[in-house]
Amino acid sequence: MMEKGLMDKGSVEGQVTEDLMRDTLKTREMWLNMGPQHPSTHGVLRLILALEGERIVDTEIVIGYLHRGMEKLAEAKTYPQFLPYTDRLDYISSHAMNFGYVLAVEKLMGIEVPERAQYIRVMMAELTRISSHLIWLATHALDIGAMTVFLYCFREREMILDLFEMACGARLTTSYFRIGGVAHDLPDGFIEQAREFCKIFPKKAQDYDDLILKNRIWLSRTVNVAKISGEEGLNLGLTGPNIRGSGVYWDIRKDEPYSNYDKLDWEIAVEHGCDVYARYLVRLKEMRESCKIVSQCLDILEKLDGPVMAKVPKVIKPPEGEVYASVEAPKGELGFYIVSDGSPKPYRLKIRAPSFANLISVPTMVRGHMVADVIAVIGSIDVVLGEVDR
Amino acid sequence: MGVIERKLPDNALTQLIDKVVNWARRSSLWPMTFGLACCAIEMMAAGASRYDFDRFGVIFRATPRQSDVMIVAGTVTVKMAPVLRKVYDQMPEPRWVISMGTCANTGKNFDTYHVVQGVDQIVPVDVYVPGCPPRPEGLMYGVILLQEKIDKMKVFRK
Repeated sequence: MMEKGLMDKGSVEGQVTEDLMRDTLKTREMWLNMGPQHPSTHGVLRLILALEGERIVDTEIVIGYLHRGMEKLAEAKTYPQFLPYTDRLDYISSHAMNFGYVLAVEKLMGIEVPERAQYIRVMMAELTRISSHLIWLATHALDIGAMTVFLYCFREREMILDLFEMACGARLTTSYFRIGGVAHDLPDGFIEQAREFCKIFPKKAQDYDDLILKNRIWLSRTVNVAKISGEEGLNLGLTGPNIRGSGVYWDIRKDEPYSNYDKLDWEIAVEHGCDVYARYLVRLKEMRESCKIVSQCLDILEKLDGPVMAKVPKVIKPPEGEVYASVEAPKGELGFYIVSDGSPKPYRLKIRAPSFANLISVPTMVRGHMVADVIAVIGSIDVVLGEVDR
Repeated sequence: MGVIERKLPDNALTQLIDKVVNWARRSSLWPMTFGLACCAIEMMAAGASRYDFDRFGVIFRATPRQSDVMIVAGTVTVKMAPVLRKVYDQMPEPRWVISMGTCANTGKNFDTYHVVQGVDQIVPVDVYVPGCPPRPEGLMYGVILLQEKIDKMKVFRK
């Protein structure tokens, strides 16, 4: 935009050419608001973009539109009472959220969880990972313009939700895990239905590949967009599929194994592209690996019998102390830091939410890109605002 | 429509006209994609393959200017409330609101300093859908109830 003083003398065009020649044309950044009501911000994220033409020079992230005071609520609830609230953190992967919380409390109390419950937990967490990645793929593709992928992904997701419904009666906010095990054993027919899913899913994953893996529009929207090097990502606290898309072998399931992950055979999905496309490839590979884990768990669960709940006191009163436990949630490292004062309620509960930490790298990723790329970047980061704002 | 709205006498002809108008309105309820929290995922599921909201003429629009109904799906916070009201004001009349889920209905799960205890404090609500979150069938039933409500509306009749 030109300064008023420069506009005054002579014709405008003549002035502009003259200014360009003298290199005195003054430009100013334009500020563009995006959100919180925007179909592509995956909830209520608000971004303020500083633009120079259509290039982004700076981004400010405004969060807090879904701040529900989870951490404060935890201080007023007993340990089992807070469990259903963890469902509502990252509401598309509630089993993984439960997992992190119960692991932290169990670590604090020193509870040994029975073997069968461990496998059920791992299986449920992996099914959740698949369903979470399916939602991610559906919405990410929808944002970029591929409507069919959305319908395909939701079709398979419903199959997983049917399984959840069998096991615990809820589709989304499951609260299936308990401190010391799981709420109850798997119902009859669960294993057969889950096996059916494991058989079908790889073929369906092939369908997604056929749709967009080599699609020209998809490639031009994602390849070389929002590059971030592994080192930069680590400095910004990036975790999960996002950092694995930058060539960093970091997966808590492998590096600091919890539950029974070290007894199962699977690979870390890593890509070296560092861009939106690489993150897409990582998640697709992860879904296939998760499917492998689920079928292994099913094989074991068929033979393994036993209790699904450890002996836990009626009133859960962890000893004084503090604990940090983390799991590999579908979005990245999810950690629960609990300070206990020996009472039935946590003294302080801090949640290390993966989406929150991942969101910080958005300004670095979008710098120098077009406005339209912001959509692709937010999609590739896979934010869930319930978790960001807590 | 403003000049003759609710002005004409109640007779067979105006009843018929009202019926036609209401039929048109209820058969193409276009909601706005206003996902706030967990319920938004079930709202998406309702629009996707298995439940297929398009059967009801419910097609999600990305802008308030093109939508007839706002499905408030999720927790409304104090920071979000002015935005929600603004979006509601941007919608053209006639407009309806479906409050989806316990958070939007009463806020009771999250009785904290930053959560609005019920979206009806900000916008008038037509249908409440209970559940945390409601199943897609629940939302579907909510839409059907809203359609029944629209059927009974008087447009030109006094």
